[in-house]
Amino acid sequence: MNAIALSCTDIRVDFDGFTAVDGVDLTLRRGEVHFLIGPNGAGKTTLVDAVTGLVKYTGSVVKDGRELRGKKVHHIARAGVGRTFQTAAVFENLTVAQNLDIAAGAARSPWTLLRRRTSLPAAVADTMERIGLAERAGAAAGTLAHGQKQWLEIGMLLVGDADVLLLDEPIAGMGQAERETTGRLLHDIAAERAVAVVEHDMDFMRANASRVTVLHGGAVLAAGSVDEVSADPKVQEVYLGAAEREEAVDAAAA
Amino acid sequence: MSKFWESRLGVWSGFAAAAAVLFGLAPLLLSGFRLGLFAQFICYAIVAVGIGLAWGRGGMLTLGQGVFFGMGAYLMAMHLKMADAEFRGGPGAVPDFMELAGVRELPAYWVPFASPVFTIAAIVLLPTGLAVLLGLAVFKRRVKGAYFAILSQALAGAFAIFLIGQQSLGGFNGLSYFRYFFGFTLNDPVNQRMLYFITAAALLVVVAASLQLRRSRYGELLVAVRDAEERVRFLGYDAAGVKVVAYAVAALFASIAGALFVPVVGIISPASIGIVPSIMFLLGVAIGGRGTLIGPVVGALAVAFAQTALSEQFPSAWTYAQGLLFVCVIALLPGGIASIPAVAGRIRVKHRPEAVEATT
Repeated sequence: MNAIALSCTDIRVDFDGFTAVDGVDLTLRRGEVHFLIGPNGAGKTTLVDAVTGLVKYTGSVVKDGRELRGKKVHHIARAGVGRTFQTAAVFENLTVAQNLDIAAGAARSPWTLLRRRTSLPAAVADTMERIGLAERAGAAAGTLAHGQKQWLEIGMLLVGDADVLLLDEPIAGMGQAERETTGRLLHDIAAERAVAVVEHDMDFMRANASRVTVLHGGAVLAAGSVDEVSADPKVQEVYLGAAEREEAVDAAAA
Repeated sequence: MSKFWESRLGVWSGFAAAAAVLFGLAPLLLSGFRLGLFAQFICYAIVAVGIGLAWGRGGMLTLGQGVFFGMGAYLMAMHLKMADAEFRGGPGAVPDFMELAGVRELPAYWVPFASPVFTIAAIVLLPTGLAVLLGLAVFKRRVKGAYFAILSQALAGAFAIFLIGQQSLGGFNGLSYFRYFFGFTLNDPVNQRMLYFITAAALLVVVAASLQLRRSRYGELLVAVRDAEERVRFLGYDAAGVKVVAYAVAALFASIAGALFVPVVGIISPASIGIVPSIMFLLGVAIGGRGTLIGPVVGALAVAFAQTALSEQFPSAWTYAQGLLFVCVIALLPGGIASIPAVAGRIRVKHRPEAVEATT
């Protein structure tokens, strides 16, 4: 078993009486790409919102022995929990290099902030190579292709030294080639980090998941490897639906 | 061409040209009265530089800079009144307007303003401190956009109304008839010219400070907060703190402008700092181009000049012209005057057939 990076216990989120997340346990381990799947409204994104401090919840989120519940968004981010958004949130008017430089500098002193950037930090240059945007360093982020923006946003978490990455639909709107590149990128970054991916795309999940948690109605329906989850009759019934059942069985057999 | 103005040489030559105009050309060409008027416009331009930073770079629509402008102005005016009274009646004397109102005892809060050092410290620290407190209260609660604009405008209105009610600050009439500025008689043309030079120098310093902030890592971070505040917070920054800094710097600039406005113009009253003047400050920035460094300066000078010129000819026409100008800029030129070269470039490309082919 890989080392635990983040453990969530009994997470519960209430929106004025509507329970969006209902007692979810989730453990993220280093070296794993952990997929969170489930139909719309299952509470996947809300769970990410809770862990990153955007919405209030009960329960407990512990990282490296520290309780994260009740901490402010930027303190949780500094503790090494990074997230992306469904629509890639990058700074469109700044260049790729500036985007990454900002992401790398949350711990900078006021004195450093008030001076000009004279050279790019090595971590920024390395990350640009890693996400395949080294040639676009001087381009405004707003001019990047859709997929490149998603990679840039992931790169911003890497350069900011996040070791738990929560990615919300990272391949939404991507073509096949971009999906494959993203899949390789996920495994590359998961080598020394814990990566959780919220996704709808089943093929992408099957190709890349080390572990899967299925959410339904705010609760965990099933958890385990791709095969275990695919074979689970509850999952087939509730989530995959009759049309996909056969396919799921095939996948389990493969 | 824009690359040149970003280079070190470009920046220095820009400042050299501005200094040549401000310190050489303007005093040569303008009469004493016109030079005084120009100094007044420069005070507005100093406020505009701050708004350009907070609004253009930070996205905070500061509709209430009159508050900080007014604080700087009243703090300076109190010192000048105290200095006048001391010159006429010795230490502890009551300023003339209070005497006329029958006040025999100096209010306690006036006493420290006899000291020039205290006054200058207050001009620098009080508005900045207030902006930090306000900014923390507002931005930590993530009040932004139109809500922030309305809040700041209401503040300017409330501040003006508050001052009208303060008889110990001159009430509706404000404070006027200043004779001395740190020991120099104000009706001497030489000293008037010196005041102009101080104001012009202050403008250059403020523009230089703004340039440094824009080019620093902080400047990049401020733009990032403007465009995607959530993303910045999720990267581990306290986004509210980033905004507070720009807001406080804008307040400091406005306060400095107000403090210079008082000896230059010779009067400060609630009418110069309420809602309408606060919108005026903003108008110049919008027309000049809020996103650029010198756009706000050019816009503020142009609007103030247009107001004076029009008011001299047609006293009631200015309000309409102001509204028309605002509508035209918002509808046709959202980037302001400073964006004209870029817009012209785009139009030229559009109308050149070979350029269209080249882009396909």
